[in-house]
Amino acid sequence: MYSLKEKSVIQLNINSEFKDVVISPSDILLETLRGQLGLTGAKPGCENGDCGACTVLVDGWPVKSCLMLTVEAIGKQITTVEGLKDAPIQKAFIEKFGFQCGYCTSGFLMVCHALATIHPNPPDILIDDWLQSNICRCTSYEEIGNAVRAVLSGEIS
Amino acid sequence: MIPFDFEYYRPDTAEEAVSTFAKLEAEGKEPVYYGGGSELISMARVGSRSFGAVVDLKNIPECRAMEDRGDHFYLGAGLTLSDLIEWNGFPLLSKTAGRIADHTMQCKITLGGNLAATIIYRETALPLLLSDAKLTFAGADGLKEYDMDTVFQERLLLPRGEFLAGVTLDKSCFSLPYFHEKKTRNEKIDYPLITAAGLKKGRTLRIAFSGLAAYPFRDAEVEKILNSSFHSRERRADKVVKCLSDIIQSDLSGSAEYRRFVLKETILNILDTMKGV
Repeated sequence: MYSLKEKSVIQLNINSEFKDVVISPSDILLETLRGQLGLTGAKPGCENGDCGACTVLVDGWPVKSCLMLTVEAIGKQITTVEGLKDAPIQKAFIEKFGFQCGYCTSGFLMVCHALATIHPNPPDILIDDWLQSNICRCTSYEEIGNAVRAVLSGEIS
Repeated sequence: MIPFDFEYYRPDTAEEAVSTFAKLEAEGKEPVYYGGGSELISMARVGSRSFGAVVDLKNIPECRAMEDRGDHFYLGAGLTLSDLIEWNGFPLLSKTAGRIADHTMQCKITLGGNLAATIIYRETALPLLLSDAKLTFAGADGLKEYDMDTVFQERLLLPRGEFLAGVTLDKSCFSLPYFHEKKTRNEKIDYPLITAAGLKKGRTLRIAFSGLAAYPFRDAEVEKILNSSFHSRERRADKVVKCLSDIIQSDLSGSAEYRRFVLKETILNILDTMKGV
């Protein structure tokens, strides 16, 4: 049985690199990514699981890092926007004007990237379902939808 | 940030989880079982829940299993809603899971966490109530199986120290005609004003609700009214509304009066959709 009783050094697999971090059992993944690893792509927004600005991939699936204990990430493959490294969806967001202020962008990129990876040919209803996890207060929804559809259709690769 | 410290344990077996919980309890650490954790983290963050230790159930084989067992199918309580949606073996359950929170949250919320949640909606209970599911509890005496309607009455009746390991479903329910309708106040992703789930077995319609009252439920009297095919649709809908009037709740999502109106429309829609009832 694994246990963590107090502040300790643990190892996480972030963006395919193993990193040592010092955490308490009550630390939240979002705080660890930003505060200890300098990975500030995941943004604190509502910090209540509503806005999606903090979305990262856990073993390929989009998860809100504000609602995940850091200790839960041990043994998982965590991918942040810094780990996408010029994925097609990033190019698509630029070409299709998928952002305005940019605060929500990293969260949307992670969801769109996961969707394109897990469901390369999704029906429209599935695209809508996945994108509803995130909020863009600049209301770039139309352009974000165009960006993910451009990747899914192969228009941008 | 969670404003207090706690200890974290991730046992590898159900026995280890139960004994660890008992030991922590005896030490006065007020342990909690931990599934997806979204509710516990949210509540801890705002100071409405505190605990001295969490026992994470995600590494326990019985909680992660998804097994075909002949006439039955077993789903571990640690499976996420997203796992249930992708599986889609029981379409009513997958549909219900797909309308709880948003997709990214569905990757974190577990079946067991939703059933045992503090939040009043607990919508995954609806298909389980309708399909006469059996629930497996893990406790000091090992694993024990109970009928859903015995151990889920308004909420999951889990004895302190025990946890829900999984759910066993009768596969004959998987192919039955079903109905699922979630009405929210405004946005698609929101808590339900009313969620109605129905399953038609033979010529009999079963129905369960969430959001209508302060707990999810299936009601024998309501089903008797719905299946009284000698009455008109309108008459049956009115009688259902009258039958449930005392428990219909009023909250920020909608007044009891508005919920009664929505309930009637929902019942009429169900009777239209589920032909032959």
